[in-house]
Amino acid sequence: MNVRLYLLQRATAAIMAPLVLAHLVLIYYATSRGLSAADILGRTRGSLVWGAFYALFVLCAAVHGAIGVRAVVGEWTPLRGRALDVAMWAVGLLLAVLGLRAVAAVVL
Amino acid sequence: MRGEAGHRRSALWLAALVHRLSGLALACFLPVHFLALGLAIDGDAHLDAFLRWSARPLVKVAETLLVFLLAVHLLGGLRVLAVENLAWREGQRRLALMAGGGAVLAAALFLLVAFR
Amino acid sequence: MADTIEVSLWRGRGDGRYQTFTVPRRESQTVLDVVTWVQRNADPTLAYRFACRVGMCGSCAMTVNGRPRWTCRTHVARVVEDGRLRIGPLANLPVIKDLACDMTAFFEKWQAARGVFAPSATRAEPMARISPASPERRAADAAIECINCAVCYAACDSVRWNEAYLGPAALNRAWTLVNDVRDAANRERLAAVAGDGGCHACHTHQSCRELCPAALNPTASIAALKRRTVRAYIWGEL
Repeated sequence: MNVRLYLLQRATAAIMAPLVLAHLVLIYYATSRGLSAADILGRTRGSLVWGAFYALFVLCAAVHGAIGVRAVVGEWTPLRGRALDVAMWAVGLLLAVLGLRAVAAVVL
Repeated sequence: MRGEAGHRRSALWLAALVHRLSGLALACFLPVHFLALGLAIDGDAHLDAFLRWSARPLVKVAETLLVFLLAVHLLGGLRVLAVENLAWREGQRRLALMAGGGAVLAAALFLLVAFR
Repeated sequence: MADTIEVSLWRGRGDGRYQTFTVPRRESQTVLDVVTWVQRNADPTLAYRFACRVGMCGSCAMTVNGRPRWTCRTHVARVVEDGRLRIGPLANLPVIKDLACDMTAFFEKWQAARGVFAPSATRAEPMARISPASPERRAADAAIECINCAVCYAACDSVRWNEAYLGPAALNRAWTLVNDVRDAANRERLAAVAGDGGCHACHTHQSCRELCPAALNPTASIAALKRRTVRAYIWGEL
């Protein structure tokens, strides 16, 4: 962990705080109404707002999660140095790619 | 080592461990979550089948656990941000317990909503 | 009060073992008294450190029933469990012998964190006038009483898990110097604590604050360093 990674991790955390709150409210709403796929996709398809919201969420989560996992792996496993950075990028890219694909799936 | 795992673990140490473990669990869960949502690519039917499967009681309990993990990670993270960016305040243990308690409440609320 | 206590002391180096002694129990006995009794009456080959005996020097720090403490200021009555004590050297540092650990790494990290004053004036110049009430001096004074006993270092799990981590004491000292307006090395110091193993590796477990026998708060010092380094980074000063 250094100042650059720290700043990225805390900044994405701060950005995500309200996003997570909104997401939780959404989950409660969708669960209590027992929404079906058609209900959900009917609201998200073609929506710029939902697309932007979740794209931002996904990218922040990818950065935050990758740096977080790097910290844990660097402390709880023997991985160090370059291998650690590779692991971090792998986690970040995995989350970003799968996440943006999911956003595209529900918005496009 | 010398057999000493260390001193008694305090509430704050436990809070940090819970924050770390919940983060790891969420990082493992997210790809699964994204793949499930990605089912919508082939049209509503696959996503619908998944949503119907997730209506099962056992899955709802698992979802409650996920809500708890997300809430505890969020609240614990806010606590860390407060420690690191606001003026030092006493009562650190109380903050940690409140974060944990808040997450339990959030999960309990979800459980109620899910099984109404 | 029972007549005796069963005391297990670490013997050997890193791969040693605990050896148990039966020690007479006395009123107002400290853990240091117990260790000293063993060395003088039971086994003169026991190695341990102490100096002042009165909580000023920090030499006698050891792990007592799992927690790092100053043994001269730890009354047996407060820590004995079922008439037993378990005493080992400080954690997170190599063992030289028995209860004496090698403090080299602790002090090397102190240096690496630039925990050393760098003068900006010479003796030819007039003395600096620093008000004790100024915010910088208050911040420095709140953290200045560290006697390098390494209790916080031994208690810290981030130190245990991350060999590069400079540790609470070194970072706490760095923070006091960041607040010393006479100091000339702040740019280097901030860079030193902003890299790998710097202040950002602290996970705010706060074991250091909970166990510091001088009631210092390295967690707060480190949090302040985090803010200061982020600011310096954003302004391109790092």
